[in-house]
Amino acid sequence: MADLIAKSALAGHAPLTLAGVTLSEIALDPITSIAPFSGQDAAVAKALGLVLPAPNRFAEAKGARLVWTGRGQYFLIGSPTPKGLAGIAALTDQSDGWAALRLDGPGTEAALARIVPVDIRLAAFPEGAALRTAFNHMNAVLMRTGAQTVDILVFRSMARTAWHEVEAAMTALAARQRLT
Amino acid sequence: MRIPGKGLIDRTKALTFRFDGSEYSGHPGDTVASALMANGVKLVGRSFKYHRPRGVLTAGSEEPNALIEVLEDGQQTPNVRATVQEVYEGLAVQSQNRAPSLKFDLLAVNDLAAPFFGAGFYYKTFMWPRAFWERLYEPAIRRAAGLGRLSGRHDEATYEKAWAYCDLLVIGAGPTGLMAALTAARAGADVILADEGARMGGALLSDMGQIGGQGSADWAASVLTELASMPNVRLMTRTTVTGAYDDGTYGALERVGLHVAPKADLPRECFWRIVTKRAVLAAGALERPIAFQNNDRPGIMLASALRTYLNRYGVVPGQRIALFANNDSARTTARDLHAAGVRIAALIDSREGASTDEPFPVHAGAVVSDTAGRHGLTSVTVRQGSREFKVEADALGLSGGWNPTVHLTCHLNGRPVWDDAIAAFVPAENAVPGLIAAGSAKGTFSTAACLAEGAAAAAVAIEALGLKAPIADIPAAADENPATEALWHIPTKPGLWNRAWLDFANDVTTKDVKLSAQEGFRSVEHMKRYTTQGMAPDQGKNSNVAALALLADVTGRAIPETGTTTFRPPFTPVSIAAMGAGGRAAGFAPQRFLTSDQASRDRGAPMIEAGLWYRPSYFPKPGETTWKEACDREVNMVRSTVGVADVSTLGKIDIQGKDAARFLDLVYTNTFSTLPVGRTRYGLMLREDGMVLDDGTSARLAEDRFLMTTTTAAAGLVMRHLDFVQQAFCAGWDVRTISVTESWAQFAVAGPLARQLLSSYLGTEIDLPFMGVAPVRIGNVQGRLFRISFSGEEGYEIAVPTRYGEALFRDLLARAELLGGGPYGMEALNVLRIEKGFITHAEIHGRVTAFDIGMEKMVSGKKDCIGKGASQRPGLSGPEREQMVGLTPVGEGVLTSGAHLYAKGAEATRVNDQGYVTSVGWSPTLNRWLGLGFLKNGRARHGEVIRMVDGLRGHDVLCTVSDPVFHDKEGAKLRG
Repeated sequence: MADLIAKSALAGHAPLTLAGVTLSEIALDPITSIAPFSGQDAAVAKALGLVLPAPNRFAEAKGARLVWTGRGQYFLIGSPTPKGLAGIAALTDQSDGWAALRLDGPGTEAALARIVPVDIRLAAFPEGAALRTAFNHMNAVLMRTGAQTVDILVFRSMARTAWHEVEAAMTALAARQRLT
Repeated sequence: MRIPGKGLIDRTKALTFRFDGSEYSGHPGDTVASALMANGVKLVGRSFKYHRPRGVLTAGSEEPNALIEVLEDGQQTPNVRATVQEVYEGLAVQSQNRAPSLKFDLLAVNDLAAPFFGAGFYYKTFMWPRAFWERLYEPAIRRAAGLGRLSGRHDEATYEKAWAYCDLLVIGAGPTGLMAALTAARAGADVILADEGARMGGALLSDMGQIGGQGSADWAASVLTELASMPNVRLMTRTTVTGAYDDGTYGALERVGLHVAPKADLPRECFWRIVTKRAVLAAGALERPIAFQNNDRPGIMLASALRTYLNRYGVVPGQRIALFANNDSARTTARDLHAAGVRIAALIDSREGASTDEPFPVHAGAVVSDTAGRHGLTSVTVRQGSREFKVEADALGLSGGWNPTVHLTCHLNGRPVWDDAIAAFVPAENAVPGLIAAGSAKGTFSTAACLAEGAAAAAVAIEALGLKAPIADIPAAADENPATEALWHIPTKPGLWNRAWLDFANDVTTKDVKLSAQEGFRSVEHMKRYTTQGMAPDQGKNSNVAALALLADVTGRAIPETGTTTFRPPFTPVSIAAMGAGGRAAGFAPQRFLTSDQASRDRGAPMIEAGLWYRPSYFPKPGETTWKEACDREVNMVRSTVGVADVSTLGKIDIQGKDAARFLDLVYTNTFSTLPVGRTRYGLMLREDGMVLDDGTSARLAEDRFLMTTTTAAAGLVMRHLDFVQQAFCAGWDVRTISVTESWAQFAVAGPLARQLLSSYLGTEIDLPFMGVAPVRIGNVQGRLFRISFSGEEGYEIAVPTRYGEALFRDLLARAELLGGGPYGMEALNVLRIEKGFITHAEIHGRVTAFDIGMEKMVSGKKDCIGKGASQRPGLSGPEREQMVGLTPVGEGVLTSGAHLYAKGAEATRVNDQGYVTSVGWSPTLNRWLGLGFLKNGRARHGEVIRMVDGLRGHDVLCTVSDPVFHDKEGAKLRG
């Protein structure tokens, strides 16, 4: 029996740069959903070695990112689940459920303003902020990871639509730039 | 004709464009209207109903007459205002609503028949015979009366939609708006300044006065330079704020690419949703015409438009120009024209005692009572007291006063307030929360006062935001007010053909309004609908106030008492394409692709949509010419060897916690707390109203962990339901749910050889009991194996993390083909389940109970569950219910889903209806058509012959009622 070959959601999509934005598929792996059981928030935080982020925020330490993703739910990204969580939180592997995109560059906000119905200007959506919001007709998790960088998780099966729609926004922006 | 040295156009460059096939020349900065005027073209359109020759009336987006079609790449954009469309090299436009040509329009005969065509004409005339309305009258009327036409093709151009956020939105970049934006920007607020013009400055671009020692346009340019240099300011030109909505949200339409020749990828328009903490409405005021006999001839326009054409575009519509006004602002126009060397034939000022001290003839206390000139004005008749005389003029500027642009303040149900001092409606205070009207939009007309009000409004707004307003540095400017004395209409002379126009766009005259009142339509809203006044693309911007003033007059009421009609968004027309940007064709919804997608397409499988998913319909083999051949083969394959199908679309929900079992007992009708670890159970879920919500299997992975499976169709619905139940009814329970639908790729392997395939692939003898679940290892990948069956054969489902899905699918297919099997698609999957009588959402469509589908025994009597109480209401069970049955035709005959069922021999009428067919398929296993359906008291009628009638497709078939399970009733095969 041969080993199965893993394929990313957007395998074959090379990074695309247009209108001052680079769109690329990134690896945010592994992703584990952590939903603390009743009264276990502090114990979960201790086991993780991270403060549980407030709604619309994420916390980072030692390469691990803990993102608020909903009511009583956090995604631990980029780090295996530490021991000591069994029984105090529901743990669910989400690594394969999401496609990860990165928008990087000075045009990031302009591109996202065409897709996301939320104020994503740096002042309103600063580094360390996370959003669970609509991405056109899709459901997404947005993370502001740099002044000009936003990481985006969308349902894996919808990755091609997400890519296409970001590309369309970038293409229109580039055409606007050529006008002036 | 151009006036040398005037205007803000770039005369160093010439642009060629076409109007009605003829070539004309313009300059950058020109609109189609100004360029046509420069070329001496007066006649630009025909009116809506009477096909009267019409010229340009205004210089803005409120234009009612000069509506044109823009032609590009075979597309045709109708009802574009020539006063807004900028000229570009190669632009092609044409006039509307004329046949065969603008100069010679056959339908101008309507004008001769005008006495018959007054308001209400159609309603009264085309009553009989009734059938003629749709077949004859309406098509004929629609051809004769109307506006522009569409190309009839899909609009495949690019449009954009976008969101913007700010502290202060300033609407309009005239003196008020510029001052407001500058004040707020200097205080550090995030400002968006939006203006519908191609160039910001508003009225200042048409004004020859001075601001702070600079020319008005130069002052505007210097302010804009400062604003453009500030990082907290966004300038949005060519952007019309079209609507005010809740919570500081405004809609706006930006003309992104309409002013240049079409360019690849460039959006035509962008529909913005701007969310702001505060807003300043600085949209200015619209000049209004005066109604008098024949006031609609080409060459008659608003006095302010004359001034704009002269000062901004360096063009005039004639060489002997007359003006008719009830205020002083037209006098400024006359002076500007005179100073530019244009002959002023007369200034006719309706106000008694108006100054006549001008270097051109002024007739005070006089009015225009008629005009002459068919395709262009030649003279006006002036009435002064009892004296009447003609003044030769080839253009006439009108000013009946100014209407503040109150529209946005009314979009949240605010009603404007009548101000007698300026004879106009002004915005009500706080009609839109957070929106402050200032300047001319509030009825303040002098430049100096507009500047001051703009600064003051911004100061109020930014203080509310917690910012400190700098001391306003307001430059000196002229402080002149128009001093309007109300004058709405000059009575026409007796005569059927003598008409005075109110609404140019919809051809509504003073007679129509009088007739409306006379016939009892005295409310302003009724008058609007009776006459269609205000219902054209300009939405009555030029006519509303005059029309209601006349209505007030003829009904003996005051104007405030008469009131206005309702102002609704959008302020100017918004193309649906812009609002729905990106949503055309496949952009309508996200596309969900399976990991097996490419492998399925490689095998030629046509993909069909299942919700948002794309699933293979069938896998054609060489020689197969129809889908049915492939489907029959795939069904036989599963029944005889082994088939593989991607079932990853089924919803999967991870449920954990010490109360997980208790939670499943609550949401499912049957009991799950008794399910042993390593086992799977079929479950049924009800809505709160007792109807069936969904069905599926749930596996117990550990004492406190379940994996729930839902149908594809209800995956999102069930997740939402669980979330609701958890939050509403399970406070304090330790249960956590999350969707893992996307995390696992899952494939059904079904058929007599399924176990053989999996055993050889996994390298270990599979020994899993029916409804068992176990972890499996495929190389280094950890997966899960379920023994469940939707086909009735010995069936397994094997799941791996999604990233390995494609590889696993290809491996399984290769193995299956070695055994004489292969992939099967949705068609075969459907036939297999119909043969077994398994339900899908075709059956559990939201109106059936557990009783109806024969599963009432699955509603456990030992515990409560969501929907249980409601499901026991009277009428939800018993012989009166339509119950699920199997159907097979007697002899030849086709079953169709959607068909209705009747007793044998009964007439196929509504009252005889006894049920309907939900699913059908040709069974290659049993060699006949099989159907599932719902029949009144069906379970007691097995064996009975009934009548199936499909009125749409024309089938009338006798069929036998049976148990819904047609194949392997005992389930020996799937238990294997």
